[in-house]
Amino acid sequence: MSSNRQLTVSRAMAEAIALEMRTDPSVFVMGEDIGTYGGIFGATAGLLDEFGEERVRDTPISETGFIGAGVGAAMAGMRPIVELMFVDFFGVCMDSIYNLAAKNTYFSGGNCKVPMVIMTATGGGYSDAGQHSQTLHATFAHLPGMKVVAPSNAYDAKGLMAAAIRDDSPVVFMFHKGLQGLAWMASPEEAATAVPEEAYTLPFGEARVVRAGKDVTLVTLSMMVHRAMDAARALEKDGIDAEVIDLRSLVPLDRETILQSVAKTGRLVVVDEDYRSYGLTAEVIASVVEKDPGLLKAPPQRLAVPDVPIPYSRPMEQFVLPNAETIAAATRITLGKAG
Amino acid sequence: MPSKAQLLWMYEAMEKARYYEDTMATVYMEGKQPKFDIGAGTVPGEMHLAAGQEPCAAGVCVHLRPEDTVTAPHRPHHVAIAKGVDLNRMTAEIFGKKSGLSGGRGGHMHLFDPAVNFACSGIIAEGTGPAVGAALAAKLKGSDAISVSYIGEGAANQGATHEALNLAGLWKLPVVFVIEDNAWGISVPKSKATAIADTSQRAAGYGMPGHHVADNDTLALFEVAGEAVARARRGEGPSLIEVETYRYYGHFQGDPELYRPKGEVEALKAKDPIERLRKAMLEGGEITAEEADAARDRARQEVDEAYAFARAADYPAPEEALTHVFA
Repeated sequence: MSSNRQLTVSRAMAEAIALEMRTDPSVFVMGEDIGTYGGIFGATAGLLDEFGEERVRDTPISETGFIGAGVGAAMAGMRPIVELMFVDFFGVCMDSIYNLAAKNTYFSGGNCKVPMVIMTATGGGYSDAGQHSQTLHATFAHLPGMKVVAPSNAYDAKGLMAAAIRDDSPVVFMFHKGLQGLAWMASPEEAATAVPEEAYTLPFGEARVVRAGKDVTLVTLSMMVHRAMDAARALEKDGIDAEVIDLRSLVPLDRETILQSVAKTGRLVVVDEDYRSYGLTAEVIASVVEKDPGLLKAPPQRLAVPDVPIPYSRPMEQFVLPNAETIAAATRITLGKAG
Repeated sequence: MPSKAQLLWMYEAMEKARYYEDTMATVYMEGKQPKFDIGAGTVPGEMHLAAGQEPCAAGVCVHLRPEDTVTAPHRPHHVAIAKGVDLNRMTAEIFGKKSGLSGGRGGHMHLFDPAVNFACSGIIAEGTGPAVGAALAAKLKGSDAISVSYIGEGAANQGATHEALNLAGLWKLPVVFVIEDNAWGISVPKSKATAIADTSQRAAGYGMPGHHVADNDTLALFEVAGEAVARARRGEGPSLIEVETYRYYGHFQGDPELYRPKGEVEALKAKDPIERLRKAMLEGGEITAEEADAARDRARQEVDEAYAFARAADYPAPEEALTHVFA
């Protein structure tokens, strides 16, 4: 029975944290509303009851202070997990993240380490506007010194969270609100998966081929994996066989799996819920072209937010976010089957 | 003591804000039943309602002029209403409509009405700096306009607040900082978030007077705010006011509020600030029940008209998302 147990992403994250806390007394959690509330997006549900207020600490609304404190605690031998409630809030505390957490290992010549996890909620689609709906994948992935993961389902979330906690480098764990399986926000059914009860880790930098195909490669991660799968199912009806790759982590980036797939299909569509320019879509395409521009039989396509802040109003927000229809349309263009 | 006109103005602004929020609580659930989905319905997205916090808005804004700047946080409706933000266009904005203040781009947490110098932000404490900047602009331009920065008690622990307070104190800028202490930062009570009980004491550290208003008292706030606004307008510098206020609803609509002690909201409602103000007004003898009722009815009618305006308005074309990124 246990092997088929289904968990939501939020339950999987909380379980991964609990398992690590049981075996490693240096692991503790802090953030806003992560105690009694269990995390606004459920990632710490149940932890306060099991581990108490010393190790599961509600903080004031003071991100610079408590993320900076996470850096200090990590350097002093602890393994803190800090939650930045919405990734959009990084603006008030980025110095602690990119100048301290990300650089202290390097600036100490490897003599100091910062084994902390910064977990943060990403994503839109529910009309919360651009201070609460961004993914900002590239913002974090661009800056050296942080590993960055963004799972699409519960199984991956549990394994990646355990790996993040055990990693000796800072890891930014970006979870999409719309995948958490919350009672108050719609979530794709496929985000909840069978999750083993025991602890396990998944390696960073290993993409997963979610759907094998021969005609075109769709590369994406997080929520857009589900949109790309919807597109692939629609394309299948037209006789188009799409391969869908879930990157799972941005840093490190599994370029090898992308290259192998494109070598097979010759066609590439990259989908990201982040802003379009200077982002993941460009990085993936550049990675292919740098290796061998001859791999591509047609110009690659990319779908992302068209360089505007995420608007509030539903018709405008839905317009700027990639969806199954726009992914399918872009895929047809790469195949010369548009229109 | 407030004049009769000021009393009626505050009462009407508070009735308007309360009715606005209670109406929104109902409208917000349209399309979210039986299964609650935050992204569905007439008004999607997060919704932070300010019922119970009306004194903070009315007791301060009664002293303001259109040219004064007000910045508000993610729970902005009561302050926007008291500052005179266009109610039809504000409501249309919250409905995501084309005729909204920002054509639907901003929504409930990002309301901008330059006609009355009102703005708000969804990021905690981030209105403090802009309020300081507006005050600096007024000073540089030789105007006697002032700024009011509204934050919650949770935001008083955010770095931006401390930096802005110091700047305002250092440069003796015409700013009034108003802390709406509704006792809860989402699920975290003030006692577990703030190292001291009375945050107005922090004013001393920034070279400005601090005032504490107990128990959501509109008339006490009126006096203190009048003093702070007059001081700012005279060019004597900033003040900090903390108001103990009430949050009747959850942090956001849909908040299960499992953290909240049973009976707390009922106990607060038993000393409702609007009822208290009305009682005091009538006991003062200058205002009749008929005059108060007329003010209340006027307020409610205006709100009803604003919701009708918003409902009837058109949605923007999807492509309008691409405009107004740059000036």
